[in-house]
Amino acid sequence: MIVGILFIVLICLVTGAILYGRRLVRTEVTDAVFGNPTRALGGWHWIVAGVSSILIVWIYFSWDAGRAFFPTAANELCQVAKLNRTANPIRSAFPLEDRLLRGTALLERDYGQIDVLESRLANANFNDTDRAELKSIIEEMRSTLSAQANPALMDPETAGRLDEIATRINMLADNIADDNYPAEPDPNRAEALKQPAWGATSTEIPPMAMTDLGYKFSKASEVMDAISKDFSKIRNNGETITAKLEALKVRYTSFEIDETEGEEITAQRKELVKQIEKIYRRIDDGKIFPSAMTQSVETALINLDDVQKSEQGTLRYIDIFALPGGDILAGNRACSEQGSGRWLPKPSDTLNTFIRMADPDVGYKGIPLLWYEMRPVGQVFEILIPDWIADLVPGEYPRHDDEGTVLTNFKNKVYNFATGKYESMLIPVPMGHIWDSLMRVLAGLFFGILLGVPLGLYMGLSRFAKGFFDPLIELYRPIPPLAWAPLILTIFGIQDDGKIFLLFMVAFAIMVISARTGATGTQLSKIHAAHSLGASKFQIIRKVILPNSLPEILTGIRIAIGVCWGTLVAAEMLAGTTGIGFVENVARKQSDYEIIWMTILLLGILGLMFDLMMRFIIHRTIPWRGKG
Amino acid sequence: MSDLVADKVNMVFNTKGGGTVHALKDVSFTLKEGELLSVLGPSGCGKTTLLNIIAGFNRPTGGAFYLGDEEISGPGLNRGMVFQQGALFEWLTVAENVNFGLRMKGSDKKETAKKVEEWLDIVGLQGFGNTPTYQLSGGMQQRVALARCLINDPDLILMDEPLGALDALTREKMQTLVLKIWKETGKTIMIITHSVEEALLLGERLFVMAPRPGRLHKEYKLPFAEQGLTIDPREIKNSQQFIETREEILTMIWDMEEEIMGGTSNAA
Repeated sequence: MIVGILFIVLICLVTGAILYGRRLVRTEVTDAVFGNPTRALGGWHWIVAGVSSILIVWIYFSWDAGRAFFPTAANELCQVAKLNRTANPIRSAFPLEDRLLRGTALLERDYGQIDVLESRLANANFNDTDRAELKSIIEEMRSTLSAQANPALMDPETAGRLDEIATRINMLADNIADDNYPAEPDPNRAEALKQPAWGATSTEIPPMAMTDLGYKFSKASEVMDAISKDFSKIRNNGETITAKLEALKVRYTSFEIDETEGEEITAQRKELVKQIEKIYRRIDDGKIFPSAMTQSVETALINLDDVQKSEQGTLRYIDIFALPGGDILAGNRACSEQGSGRWLPKPSDTLNTFIRMADPDVGYKGIPLLWYEMRPVGQVFEILIPDWIADLVPGEYPRHDDEGTVLTNFKNKVYNFATGKYESMLIPVPMGHIWDSLMRVLAGLFFGILLGVPLGLYMGLSRFAKGFFDPLIELYRPIPPLAWAPLILTIFGIQDDGKIFLLFMVAFAIMVISARTGATGTQLSKIHAAHSLGASKFQIIRKVILPNSLPEILTGIRIAIGVCWGTLVAAEMLAGTTGIGFVENVARKQSDYEIIWMTILLLGILGLMFDLMMRFIIHRTIPWRGKG
Repeated sequence: MSDLVADKVNMVFNTKGGGTVHALKDVSFTLKEGELLSVLGPSGCGKTTLLNIIAGFNRPTGGAFYLGDEEISGPGLNRGMVFQQGALFEWLTVAENVNFGLRMKGSDKKETAKKVEEWLDIVGLQGFGNTPTYQLSGGMQQRVALARCLINDPDLILMDEPLGALDALTREKMQTLVLKIWKETGKTIMIITHSVEEALLLGERLFVMAPRPGRLHKEYKLPFAEQGLTIDPREIKNSQQFIETREEILTMIWDMEEEIMGGTSNAA
């Protein structure tokens, strides 16, 4: 219901935005010429319209709107699908979906094969008597085929059975059109109503009929099932035809192959005879009926189709308009959505899955999406402070004294501090898939900026730096980061280090180029001005070149975030135990589309948040950009 | 504090095609302390190169400049420069731009702030200390540039077409300002300009330079700058003497250009 209301609200928003936009244009003072950038300012109503449109499309094509407005439709369509499924074996024999009657198709195929065989015989290596015999056998096959199409030769009992099938189908059609069919109420209705609703679990559509209309179709499908099975058993095997077939068999089985002319020729001849046997086996199938004889069944089926369609009533239109781009199929035990309803999870389902997974007790594979845990401060420092700092402290590590007491000294204390071995209070530390992904990107970005910006500035100012580092950077930059991944996995293992290093590589190249562009793009007059104001080289770098390069550097950071984000997910898919990419990877292996879409949306939203944050920072830090 | 002495300064640039451009040839002059010099000349006569060498951004290929007794070998705080486009630091406010030189030196903050206030007053920008520079108009930016240069008390003030980018009204005001500063500080000022009127008004001495090779063509001693200290510059510009001198110099420059354009082939 919420989805239904939301859908209507979104449609109203879009129409409202369009109307508002038109009114705005009419009442606005339009003396701003096309191309004036201030003309493109504002426009919140279009943002609303755009987002609403995307949501409308999503809700509609994922069948969420259909489900909201017509909750029982899928269940009923499932029953209709059952009827279609059980009718399929008969229907496929008639030109209802295909173009050819089955008998016609079979005749075409068999005649074709016989023709091929005949022409092969003409070129084959047989002596004249044998050749004449084989030719006559082939002729006989042809006539057996045409005999099967001859109504005069058909067994009257077979004709009777066909008519009986037609009658039963017609009766079924009448029943379907009857309002009181089936007479007895559905014995399983109570159980059916207990089924989980459409979409409540991953079993999709509840297969047992939950409405009267559905039950009618469900019963009809049972009847149809019986009819189909009986139809499949009918064979065109009247006396005359059976006799002809047996005679044919005798002839070709008793044919003796002349084996005197060498191995190769013998093999050819054997193969030809084998072909005859193959074709024979097809002919004695008995599925070819005279076309007039099956007419009654065909008519009955068409009748059934019409009745069935009119009985569905609005259900048909619901299927076409409210459940676009797909169908509902009925398997033996379950019903499933096909088409866009399958691979495009519904927004409400995705939201539910997200809310479920966001609960820190649930998470994914035991790890929550984003939560915190209390860890001792020492552990945090352990990560941040490298162990070798203790080595720098003058002095030696302590030894034990004669009584076996371990002494401590300052160096030892520093070491313990760096390795986190001391009592400390607990602080909340973030954890979870989302945090892990974020942390990797931020760490890679941090090191990339830390090392990339100075190097870039250096390269912009020094001939040596430019010449020395340029080939290295330009060589490794175009390589897609994932191409490095196997190498990095081998060196670093699947822990975080490797992924952070990969992201560092990506961010580094971008930051170097940005900083370099900024440095070389600094106007010479500013540098001269600073020089003549008494600034030293270092001061010029810090006070003139660096601020001047800020626009390029911040743009570089913005780009680097985007690329790092993209690389991260792929890297997590390759190897890892946590992270959003990891979640998506596992979900893909389990074909859990909802989780896949959820991660896609999550990635998009997080990436957008990064970008908006960067835009804000840029706006605040470099207001002079593009002005003055 | 000292005189500027040019001793046979030569500057030769190598062009991309392998040829050379003789930007300055045997330039020698002496600029006494406190003099107001303007340099005039058609494009390509080496005015900016001259200024850049004096400021210390380029080294001459021959000869040298001396300020006092020291040879000029690099930029320094004793030679302040005002650029045509201002070259202000747009990420700083007006006050931060003006006190840039003092900050690089590490001067006392209170002193600096006081001086900034003083100089903003002199150039007519009182109260604009905290405005970001990119919000100012062209004229105001040039005033900030002036203040930024002068606050450091340089021995020699160099101006590279400082008023070229301004509109006519602002330009007149700025010319008055330059004269006022010259009167009040008594510093040596060297101005490069395109405009004959400006050169006449803002020069006790006037150098006319000629291109190819760049050299000092003619020198004038003019009274207009002195007059400008007391009389309204517009009146000076309308005076007979001014107009005559202007015609003379304009004609000379035109003749010079024709000679050069007609005589040599257009290489560039």
